[in-house]
Amino acid sequence: MASLADKTAVAAVPGLRALPFTLALIAIAAAIFALGRWYNNSYAFFMGYVVVQYIVLGTAWNILGGYTGYVNFGVTAFFALGAYSTVVLHKLIPAMPLPVMILIGGTLAGLVGLGTGYLTLRLRGVFFSIATLALAVVVQTLIINWDFVGGARGAYVLRPRVAPLIGGDYVQYLFLLMLGMCVIVLATARAIERSALGYGFAAIRDDEAAAEASGVPTLRLKLIATTLSGGFMGMAGAPLPFYVTYLDPASGFSLNYAVNAIAMPLIGGTGSWLGPVIGAVLVGGLQEYLRVTISSAVNVLVAGVLMVAFVILAPQGIIGLFQKRKR
Amino acid sequence: MTALLQVSGLSKRFGGFVALDGIDLEVQPGERLGLIGPNGSGKSTLVNCICGTLHNETGSVRFADEALDGLTAHQRTRRGLARSFQLPRPFASLSLAENVRIPILYSVNARAGGHLHGAAIDERCLELLGLFGLAGKARQMPRDLTQIEMRKLELARAMAAGPKLLISDEAMAGLSHAEVDEIIALLIRLNEQGVTVIMIEHIMRAVMEFSQRLAVLVAGKKIADGPPKDIVRDPEVVKAYLGE
Repeated sequence: MASLADKTAVAAVPGLRALPFTLALIAIAAAIFALGRWYNNSYAFFMGYVVVQYIVLGTAWNILGGYTGYVNFGVTAFFALGAYSTVVLHKLIPAMPLPVMILIGGTLAGLVGLGTGYLTLRLRGVFFSIATLALAVVVQTLIINWDFVGGARGAYVLRPRVAPLIGGDYVQYLFLLMLGMCVIVLATARAIERSALGYGFAAIRDDEAAAEASGVPTLRLKLIATTLSGGFMGMAGAPLPFYVTYLDPASGFSLNYAVNAIAMPLIGGTGSWLGPVIGAVLVGGLQEYLRVTISSAVNVLVAGVLMVAFVILAPQGIIGLFQKRKR
Repeated sequence: MTALLQVSGLSKRFGGFVALDGIDLEVQPGERLGLIGPNGSGKSTLVNCICGTLHNETGSVRFADEALDGLTAHQRTRRGLARSFQLPRPFASLSLAENVRIPILYSVNARAGGHLHGAAIDERCLELLGLFGLAGKARQMPRDLTQIEMRKLELARAMAAGPKLLISDEAMAGLSHAEVDEIIALLIRLNEQGVTVIMIEHIMRAVMEFSQRLAVLVAGKKIADGPPKDIVRDPEVVKAYLGE
């Protein structure tokens, strides 16, 4: 009897159930960071940043694309919005700490996600995807024509030499922040999967009319998904100007981000939070390796070829392959 | 006694085509109503208008003393109006237990005082599947089901929302004689438990066996409404089905 009561109490506070998982994530992130500090190689941090950034971006995409089935091609719109909000904030208030900029960039991109969702979610399937593609073009055009952020010329953001609080190279600070975001995004994704929200998302993905008939408020749930997804993409993009130090529309809106953010969850598996992680580590790692060993242009090819191969041969991704074997 | 469902003057057009033309229909609490009509007579359109999937241009739908006009489909389901789909539309990536879990989470739990948690939800899912003889397949996926099991899942999911009124839209099309009997027995059992049922069906044997009252739609108009025995002898109805 007592154990049952305990169970209900735990179930009533969803945050409590997710606590062990979040603590484990934090421990893993701390271990990775400690390892990096011990290894103390700048390049390792630069590479780690890219991979972790793709975990965040891929997971953000997956919250909308994988859980609710709405394929967003406009990843760069949200990602670049975060990046350019940092450019603006840095120009206006140079002393503003980066975590604050990340929050503001994420909030901004989340609001744009909410607005886009409201305007486009009556579109189904491929028509929604085309609308998001148009969004990316619209935002890019606006940025190109906005002189304050450098327009087509781009903007320079000077990266401080030393990291605040933790000392060492600034890229270590960028990596640490990205790890922090990764913990937040993964904990959120997993919490969604195990909550009523996750079931509602799955119902929408499978059959929207049947979901409505079962009492699922489909429009509201889709708006939650677009807001979270857009917001996390914006957060992932916010530190970018400090990472690249020179941001122009061509790199901020690069096709790489969109292709990778879609390819990584598809390759890893869209049904679970682990899918984008596996996809990002595998593809991101491979791309970085090839960038150094073969050429810097080959990495998009890798994502493209892998994505096509997986869509044809293993539509459930790597996770799906393992689940099949278990059955 | 006030009607549980009251449809008055309901019209729906698709472009220039009038699908429903001034439909009036009342359903009393606890009643078993059969809704029949030839293909294309507007039965499913009427269901869609009642359930909020489509929006009627004129007329109104009242349910349990409340006007439903302007409410979305999920709001109507939460008020106790559930339907099954003509072609089964299961949540394909979810197990059977999870399929019936969705209405529990989003309809039953959305009502005042109806909060189920953790183990209580799992129990309720199994109980619902058991009601339709699917308890043994709770962990299987919809793709593993036979046609009749698919129809049962459709009804189980509708019942999971805890409805006062269940609209069964051609749950028996394509089933064998014995399977039809099975579904009729199921629907009658649900009715005996206090659920009002509207059954839309083409199989006349099933309609006659099940219904306490029949309403007939032809070309978007209700041409007859009354006791089944009188209805099948009604010259208008005979003409609509068999011609002159």
